[in-house]
Amino acid sequence: MEGLSPWILFFAAIFTGNILLTYFLGMCSFLSVSRQVNTSLGLGLAVTFVLTITAAINHVIYFQILEPLGIAYLQYIVFIVVIAAIVQFLEMFIERYSELLYLNLGIFLPLITVNCAILGVSLFMVIRRYTFIQSVFFGLGSGLGWLLAILAMAGIRERLNEKKIPPALRGPGIALIITGIMAMAFIGFSGMVQIQ
Amino acid sequence: MTMQILNTVLVVTAMNAVLALVLVIAERFLANYGTCRIVVNKEKDLDVRGGSTLLSSLGSQKIFLPSACGGRGTCAYCKCKVLSGAGPVLPTEQALLSSEEIDAQIRLACQVKVKEDIDIEIPEALFRIQEFQAKVAVLEDLTHDIKLLRLNLLLPDTIRFKSGQYIQLQTKPYNGVKEIAQRAYSIASPNYEKQTIDLIIRLVPDGICTTWVHQYLQLEETITFIGPMGDFYLREGDGEVVMVAGGSGMAPMASVLMEMAKNKNPRKVTYLFGAVSKKDLFYIDEMRNLEEQLENFTFIPVLSQPDPKDQWKGETGLITVPLAEHLKKIDSSTSQGYLCGSPGMVNACVKMMKENGLTHDRIFYDPFA
Repeated sequence: MEGLSPWILFFAAIFTGNILLTYFLGMCSFLSVSRQVNTSLGLGLAVTFVLTITAAINHVIYFQILEPLGIAYLQYIVFIVVIAAIVQFLEMFIERYSELLYLNLGIFLPLITVNCAILGVSLFMVIRRYTFIQSVFFGLGSGLGWLLAILAMAGIRERLNEKKIPPALRGPGIALIITGIMAMAFIGFSGMVQIQ
Repeated sequence: MTMQILNTVLVVTAMNAVLALVLVIAERFLANYGTCRIVVNKEKDLDVRGGSTLLSSLGSQKIFLPSACGGRGTCAYCKCKVLSGAGPVLPTEQALLSSEEIDAQIRLACQVKVKEDIDIEIPEALFRIQEFQAKVAVLEDLTHDIKLLRLNLLLPDTIRFKSGQYIQLQTKPYNGVKEIAQRAYSIASPNYEKQTIDLIIRLVPDGICTTWVHQYLQLEETITFIGPMGDFYLREGDGEVVMVAGGSGMAPMASVLMEMAKNKNPRKVTYLFGAVSKKDLFYIDEMRNLEEQLENFTFIPVLSQPDPKDQWKGETGLITVPLAEHLKKIDSSTSQGYLCGSPGMVNACVKMMKENGLTHDRIFYDPFA
């Protein structure tokens, strides 16, 4: 993976390999918090922040410490603990500077800890053996991709409020159908960059 | 192998230590709001540790705003005016504040967090709310699930209140329940008894405070309460007083009636008291006594499901039925309605009263829930 430009990884993570719409990671908060654009933006930025920071920290820990010492099998516990610490930090930060966002995100803020998109990015980075710069760009791109997906979803759902939806489909039902259609729309990007 | 175990332990330990250190530092700078100053009515300055709610910060300085729900943001009793330093109105407050109140900078003290210096206004009357220490003098069964709790005041040793008002009892930790809860109970004794108060407490399954009172509280134990609070008391007027209560809702009615008896108040009073069966009735002798002392007072117990053994000859069924019949007979343009009981009963009776011509401003009740 040495040769791949970080920028290609960055855009690929947003469009062709969107962590949410291609890999379906991080679905639960995506479905629960996508009712309002403002809150979605807040959660999206929080996820992006955590993704970027944890990709960087986990890269250093894995390639500089765990692998040289031959204890790479500790990766899950190490990654999860790092993610948890960053989320805890973020929670304190948001509680201090935006009570409104803090209350709107509610339980979904601490639940970023177990957002599978975040562990997913750290694991992809290890499996694909990205360099440090590549990992940071990949993390940031994945975060922005997730943000893009949840923002688009929230925009659509805000508009759906005024529309007549069959009662049985209201809420998660219609949200899942829209997610599927969005995922299909993102297939349109797939010819542009190929990464594995 | 030893090397690997050592490495594993060292790496995990070191990493956790570093992360813990980062969080400790973050806690120091982010979650620590330092000392904040609360200015009350532009005259009193209080220095408190930031980070808690306005309600509990004021409580720690012995200023007690009424809070029947115990800070859960449902009763809206702790409303106060915040001139500056509160941040935006929170979604938890929006449901309970009208747009006029929001424009007038009214906030719920239990939701606003003190994070900086804050400037507030609270009504003078609230300054009269005090913390009391009291000793349990009587704790006896009134029915199978209702107890009478009589408290002898120790410090301060007298209380001034309006008959019908309530206090907030503070629990102590017991049997695995670590938190200290505050729950509102109406005073059942009249206001001329200044050195003791009576509370009527029904056991609520899994209720933190009622379980404590019913199963753990001991005679002679010293406990804490704050009060008096509430707007439930007898209003001036000539019209008939229609009281409706169920279960422990007897308390404020008994208090009001005993005060009326002492003052020889000639107003016409009709009191409908709802219970399930005869074993849920209490204070019947007291009410019959009051009927003798008060010339225009009628007490009507209503049982919803009397036991066949009760041989009940009085009113039977839902309390709204005799209430409706009674309301149709009286002049509803001047009468006043007083209610205390379960939310379901209160809502049904308020609806019935409104349908029969009592206006909103002549119906009084405490929304405990």
